Amino acid sequence: MNPLASIGQMALGVMAETGRIALFARDALLQGLTPRYYLSQIALQFFRIGYTSLPVVALTAFFTGGALALQIYLGSSRFNAESLVASIVALGITRELGPVLAGLMVSGRVGAAIAAELGTMRVTEQIDALVTLSTNPQKYLVGPRLLAAVISLPLLVAIGDTIGIMGGYIVGTRSLGFNEYAYIKNTADFLEMSDVTSGLIKAAVFGFIIALMGCYHGFHSKGGAQGVGRATTNAVVSSAILILAANFLLTSLLFGD
Amino acid sequence: MMQDHIVLKDVHKSFGPKHVLRGLSVTVKKGRSLVVIGGSGTGKSVMLKCILGIIRPDSGEISVGGENCIGLRGRERDAFLSRFGMLFQGAALFDSLSVWENIAFGLTHGNKMGRALPRAKAKDIAMEKLAQVGLTPDVGALYPAELSGGMQKRVGLARAIAADPEIIFFDEPTTGLDPIMADVINNLIVDCVKRLGATTISITHDMASARKIADDIAMIHKGQIIWQGEANKVNTSGNAYVDQFIHGRAEGPIQMDVLKA
Repeated sequence: MNPLASIGQMALGVMAETGRIALFARDALLQGLTPRYYLSQIALQFFRIGYTSLPVVALTAFFTGGALALQIYLGSSRFNAESLVASIVALGITRELGPVLAGLMVSGRVGAAIAAELGTMRVTEQIDALVTLSTNPQKYLVGPRLLAAVISLPLLVAIGDTIGIMGGYIVGTRSLGFNEYAYIKNTADFLEMSDVTSGLIKAAVFGFIIALMGCYHGFHSKGGAQGVGRATTNAVVSSAILILAANFLLTSLLFGD
Repeated sequence: MMQDHIVLKDVHKSFGPKHVLRGLSVTVKKGRSLVVIGGSGTGKSVMLKCILGIIRPDSGEISVGGENCIGLRGRERDAFLSRFGMLFQGAALFDSLSVWENIAFGLTHGNKMGRALPRAKAKDIAMEKLAQVGLTPDVGALYPAELSGGMQKRVGLARAIAADPEIIFFDEPTTGLDPIMADVINNLIVDCVKRLGATTISITHDMASARKIADDIAMIHKGQIIWQGEANKVNTSGNAYVDQFIHGRAEGPIQMDVLKA
């Protein structure tokens, strides 16, 4: 086999897939934003995507905040800059780690669940059945998931930010010997609104990516159990990669000039 | 006297290199029941999905009630689809909804202008349809996973007829059922269709079922209709392909690609 041909084939495959995803996203937005709205579906998806992800996001944020405080303390003590711990923990959590880690955790939890559910609906013809009951599957299935994910993720990250900073605070004051008042004052003084909002904007984008990848791969799964498994894997892997790539782009857009 | 209800003319559809429909033409008269027979992979399901617009044909014409139905969008498509009901091969019940919610789905969710009914009203209709397919009211509260295959088919049938559609499609209605349950389903189909006066297309490879529910039979082979006639003529079609199929012989003009399949 010609190695150049296989590289070319792969490149063409990636291009074609990108195009298909873009068209799917366009349809989903077009259909999801126009009536009719399935309120009970939207409420259900908010519960599943947002509320039930809370423990995972909270635990991730807590331990990350703690570890971050330890690392920064150990690093900054080399040049006597321990006083920076509180502010760097707050910046690191709100700008980067909060949204990215929450995004990755939720993509594993929710993206996989969406792909598996819709994939099963696809292979058992339930999505076709929706069509024959004159219900647009994009409106009924994709719209509510996209909406719930785009709004839930920032909320989850806002809670995660708070818990992450609290994790840093607990480690900082209990084991690193910081004064409680000073730690909080350092956090509050250095943290700006834009640090938090930039993280929340990232979170909304990640939410869109997670729901889109889950829905896209679920919708296009075929061939029974194996196909659904493949769709689930693809949904998680592609959303994780896209989250990391989008994070880089967004960071340079939001902070670079 | 009877007008053409569903007309397909020279419909082609390929999936990559696989040419599934190769100039398929078929006509169904209003109020008639057409059964399309043919082996696996000859394009029977693709034909139904082309009519519904789930799959878009590469070329050819499809019209329902004299109106073209390829490439409909938005409201037009919703209105078009609201004329259909379909029973799927695996029943395709929504497993997150209870039986009665499944049956009432098209009534409460369907985007049929002015036809989204309040839940209580839709439930009454659902329970009525449930009784029509011979299930007791207590089944209404169960979930699809709790039902046997035959019961799922019955619920699927109830869902297909819930909105009193003028056209109903049956995709292998008896596949996977024991012969007695298959006959029960056949009777229900005949019964429900008569009651609604609907035009139906069924696809099957179960000849007992075909004989029972068909007014007309068409045989599909390699993406084309190779024979069509009234159901009672199927035994004397004089077509070697049809004869081979209805008698289930391995020898004949239809060669099974056993290895390629």
